[in-house]
Amino acid sequence: MQSNAALEYDYTIAKLYTYTAILFGFIGMLIGTLIASQLAFPELNYLFGEYGTFSRLRPLHTNVVIYGFTVSGIFATFYYLSQRVLKVSMAESKIAMTAGKIQFVLYVIAATGMVISELMGYTQSKEYAQMEWPLDLLIVVIWVLWGVIMFALIGIRREKALYISMWYFIATFLGVAMLYLFNNMAVPTYFTSGGLGSIMHSVSMYSGTNDALVQWWWGHNAVAFVFTVPIVGMIYYFLPKESGQSVYSYKLSLLSFWGLMFVYLWAGSHHLLYSTVPDWMQTMGSVFSVVLILPSWGSAINMLLTMKGEWNQLTDNPLIKFMVLASTFYMLSTLEGPIQAIKSVNAIAHFTDWIPGHVHDGVLGWVAFMIMSGLFHMAPRMFKREIYSKKLIEAQFWIQTTAVVLYFTSMWIAGITQGMMWRAVDEYGNLMYSFIDTVTVLHPYYAIRALSGVLFVTGFVMFAYNMIKTMTSAKELTEEPQFRTPMA
Amino acid sequence: MGIRELQGYATFFMTIVFVVILYGYIVYLYRSEKKGEKDYEKLGNIALDDEITSTPINSSNSILDEKKGEK
Repeated sequence: MQSNAALEYDYTIAKLYTYTAILFGFIGMLIGTLIASQLAFPELNYLFGEYGTFSRLRPLHTNVVIYGFTVSGIFATFYYLSQRVLKVSMAESKIAMTAGKIQFVLYVIAATGMVISELMGYTQSKEYAQMEWPLDLLIVVIWVLWGVIMFALIGIRREKALYISMWYFIATFLGVAMLYLFNNMAVPTYFTSGGLGSIMHSVSMYSGTNDALVQWWWGHNAVAFVFTVPIVGMIYYFLPKESGQSVYSYKLSLLSFWGLMFVYLWAGSHHLLYSTVPDWMQTMGSVFSVVLILPSWGSAINMLLTMKGEWNQLTDNPLIKFMVLASTFYMLSTLEGPIQAIKSVNAIAHFTDWIPGHVHDGVLGWVAFMIMSGLFHMAPRMFKREIYSKKLIEAQFWIQTTAVVLYFTSMWIAGITQGMMWRAVDEYGNLMYSFIDTVTVLHPYYAIRALSGVLFVTGFVMFAYNMIKTMTSAKELTEEPQFRTPMA
Repeated sequence: MGIRELQGYATFFMTIVFVVILYGYIVYLYRSEKKGEKDYEKLGNIALDDEITSTPINSSNSILDEKKGEK
């Protein structure tokens, strides 16, 4: 007789994606640190021939951290928390379990294919959409399988109400599906030309301004639906669960969700300010970006207020530290982005180092912090062992926080200096500086950024070591912790 | 009126419509809670009480429950 008490959550797939998140996080951040160092010390471009140049490695860095590390983190946390908030085990659905295993195998093939093909120089030349058409097709299959699993679990759920995190994951699924398909519409030239050229090569179905618009509709929404929406989904589960405090205002979480959905899709054209797209569309991009502050801060403030009366946990639980700082960096980043999207500010900020500065206080301080703390929270529950070392997490926290602060402060100064120098004219209207003048001035800031990369990767290695030790040799737990994650 | 101008106006009016819908949703949330039809805040407990054996906050009539009843 099968009894309900014997039923357990099945973390097989969540564990697999945890491994890939650790692996790709390390690779992606290591490449990032190398290319940051190349900008400061150009001779580092010649370490591995054509495969080690900045132009080859930069897309590889962004793709590995987005589609390797972050997407693995999203899948790992999804396969963990969706079961829990739906109160249904993956083991109860054969479809979900089989699809999950197939999805993971395909994911590993696609991710490996992405690394190899981009290293070889195959690219669609679209930012955050560099993968060529065969990989795009594979990704569609992976994504559809995710949808199958998601809705299979939702279909058999015991908890009728979908917890807010599930809404965010559903939005991630739908948003990426729609935008990915549109942006990657391309014609493989080998087949249409009767066998000429490389089989990997393709040409976008859009051209000129339309191509740019579709590209940034996707590009900005890669930020929205990979770096924001699922991460908000994570914090809505992990912070309340880790702190034992239910979300401060559930209604506010619903409002912020729908607000974000309404607004985020239309902010992408702020990447095309002062370009050939219609003026009203540029203005719309600016306006929607500024409005975006409201739903973003709605979620972030909701998270901070969840800690109301429990701020003592901030001092004695390092995971709460990570999550609260993640929420704070989310606020910083979602204020900074809209400021950059204002036309007059963008006139200085566009194409400068302030932009990667903005991106990185978001991705390092918000995305990576949230994924790492989520995985730390999950590890003792999945592997039935306590966290190997609390001291190591504390040290990691301070090293990585220092890294993020060094990154964005150096890039703020570098970016604004750069923007001002590019615009500076003398009394006759001639440009005052040549390009190399800016490079000379920016060198120290590039060196600081490279140092921040080294620090962040060091912290990530500490995270990986702590996770591996937790999986293999930490003290075993007799029962699952209810809220606070146990650590030695 | 050119297509671009038309697109501009369409976007503006769509924005207004969406804003009205969103504000309508806010009113609906608060009103339904005030009338006692819904209790949104208790849904926050879904994350806290998430054992597979714990009683659902909002019980569903899923296939699994039916199966469970048969046993």
